[in-house]
Amino acid sequence: MTDIGEPQPRKKPQRGSSRVRMGVYGVAGILLLVAVWELYKWLGPTGGVVLWGTRVLPRTSDLAMPHVWDMIVRMAEPVTRAASANPLWLQVALAALVTLGIAAVGWLVGIVVGIGLALVMQRWRLAESAVLPWVILSQTIPLIAFAPVVRSWGSRIEIGAFAWQDWMSVALIASYLAFFPVAVGALRGLQSPDTIHTELMHSYAASWWTTMRKLRFPAAVPYLLPALRLAAANAVIGAVVAEVSTGLQGGIGRLIIQYAGQASGDPAKAWGPMFGAIALGLVAAGSVALLGVILSKYRRAEATT
Amino acid sequence: MTSADSTPRDAARDAAVTIANVDKTFATREGEVHALKDVSLTVAAGEFVSLIGPSGCGKSTLLRLVADLDQPTAGAVRVFGKPARQARVDQDYGIAFQQSGLLPWRTVRGNIELPLELHRDGPHGADAASRRSRAAELIELVGLGEFAEKYPDQLSGGMQQRVAIARAIAEKPNLLLMDEPFGALDEMTREYLQSELLRIAAETGAAVVFVTHSIPEAVYLSDRVVVMSPRPGRIEAIIDMKLGATEQRTDAIREDVAFFEMVTAVRESLHRGSPPTGSIPARDLAAREGRSA
Ligand SMILES: Nc1ncnc2c1ncn2[C@@H]1O[C@H](COP(=O)(O)OP(=O)(O)O)[C@@H](O)[C@H]1O
Ligand SMILES: [Mg+2]
Repeated sequence: MTDIGEPQPRKKPQRGSSRVRMGVYGVAGILLLVAVWELYKWLGPTGGVVLWGTRVLPRTSDLAMPHVWDMIVRMAEPVTRAASANPLWLQVALAALVTLGIAAVGWLVGIVVGIGLALVMQRWRLAESAVLPWVILSQTIPLIAFAPVVRSWGSRIEIGAFAWQDWMSVALIASYLAFFPVAVGALRGLQSPDTIHTELMHSYAASWWTTMRKLRFPAAVPYLLPALRLAAANAVIGAVVAEVSTGLQGGIGRLIIQYAGQASGDPAKAWGPMFGAIALGLVAAGSVALLGVILSKYRRAEATT
Repeated sequence: MTSADSTPRDAARDAAVTIANVDKTFATREGEVHALKDVSLTVAAGEFVSLIGPSGCGKSTLLRLVADLDQPTAGAVRVFGKPARQARVDQDYGIAFQQSGLLPWRTVRGNIELPLELHRDGPHGADAASRRSRAAELIELVGLGEFAEKYPDQLSGGMQQRVAIARAIAEKPNLLLMDEPFGALDEMTREYLQSELLRIAAETGAAVVFVTHSIPEAVYLSDRVVVMSPRPGRIEAIIDMKLGATEQRTDAIREDVAFFEMVTAVRESLHRGSPPTGSIPARDLAAREGRSA
């Protein structure tokens, strides 16, 4: 009745059971995908489905659509017939690690740039209206057209002992895709505190930077986490695509091209790096989820509005 | 600094708040809003003054001018003899609003420690240990001992408001500014917190400027009640309350005849507040109400 003594019960969903349910849904989704693949391969027309001269569904031959189990078995076999060859999964994993490293650098650079831009836009209203349109416009430049240009510019950079490496072009392109969600999310987050909180800080005669540290950054966390997740996914995609279009060796992008070229003789092999790229995206998103757990106290506002 | 221009009169130096001929207009899309017109008021050190009036009469605006959250269009606001801005920078006041404004990611203790953390050179701010012990003291003072490590979303509205009050008095300010701090609470919690506030005000000796739209609340808490009227916002009357010294006021007073008389006095003055013409000077009005003994 009165609210003098009793605390309100927390309206908190039961985390444990919902996480199990999510896992079940996830596995069910993958099984469904496998079932659809195999069912179409079994029942679909050999020549695929062609509408008005365009093939909208692929041929069902082993060449175009290998069995899922063939793909899995192929992962355990050596890459080539050479005696010293690694198993395919190891080769893919090593390449994925290289790409992950490059994407991580791009991600970090993107975060620094994105948060920096958000700080400038939060600080000066004028900057927001001057910078934000360019930030949005920057994302309309097609990546594939952009990558070789970056590479050729980069190759001309040489300052003292520092020489531009090819992987840096890839990281730069990854950061180019990563900074956008961070800039937009961070800006929204930094602007999210209520008037009552900003006025409280004003009444404390807190400086701009103190207000940032004590109020705006913590308040931005619930906005930043999804932005960082998106940035991680973008950085991975950006890195893979940039590897392909700049022809960088060692990463998963290169492997995708290389094995696709061998697909006529070894169709299941081409799918190895695809799975590698998917795993890469999951690892990247998972790391951000971990960050969310560490910062969970700043997400209380999410739960209670 | 020279006292000649910072303290025009000696009385102003002793006063917690001096508001002299203040006007405030807001420029809006629909034209100018005249929020305050020629408002003058002095709040003595240690005095409890309530601002009451219909909504939109400029109570919050007046409080915000004292807090330097907004600036007057004309006239001057001084706090302990200094310009309002200087008083804010010097942390001469503590403030609480209708919403508690607690930071959701900080515990009760963390929220109370916030002003101490921000003012390392202020009282109790020097190091983590002294901040902690001051916070513990305040948590006891507002009766939230078991809840020190709880987060705001784990507290009821009344408890959140108590944390906000503890935070406002954390640095022992000589002036407390409160804008309908109990406005969102149920009646029982409200009366309970009113008594708490009186006890705290008596213990700290702080002056309080308290905005409310509840007549019994204003009467119970105040040494003086300032009745305001709208369009444009101005002071209609200032009525002395005579319910005894702050520390002696108990819940029993709410059933006292004197209490009802003063509730009536404030109500009549509030209802008189409509036509701006022929308004009675505040001092005369208080005298006519017979509040001299
Ligand atoms: N920031 C503002 N901009 C424009 N008008 C305002 C602003 N703040 C207050 N007002 C107007 O000033 C008048 C007084 O408001 P306020 O002080 O909040 O009244 P009260 O607290 O007594 O209800 C109202 O008419 C309100 O609409
Ligand atoms: Mg108000």
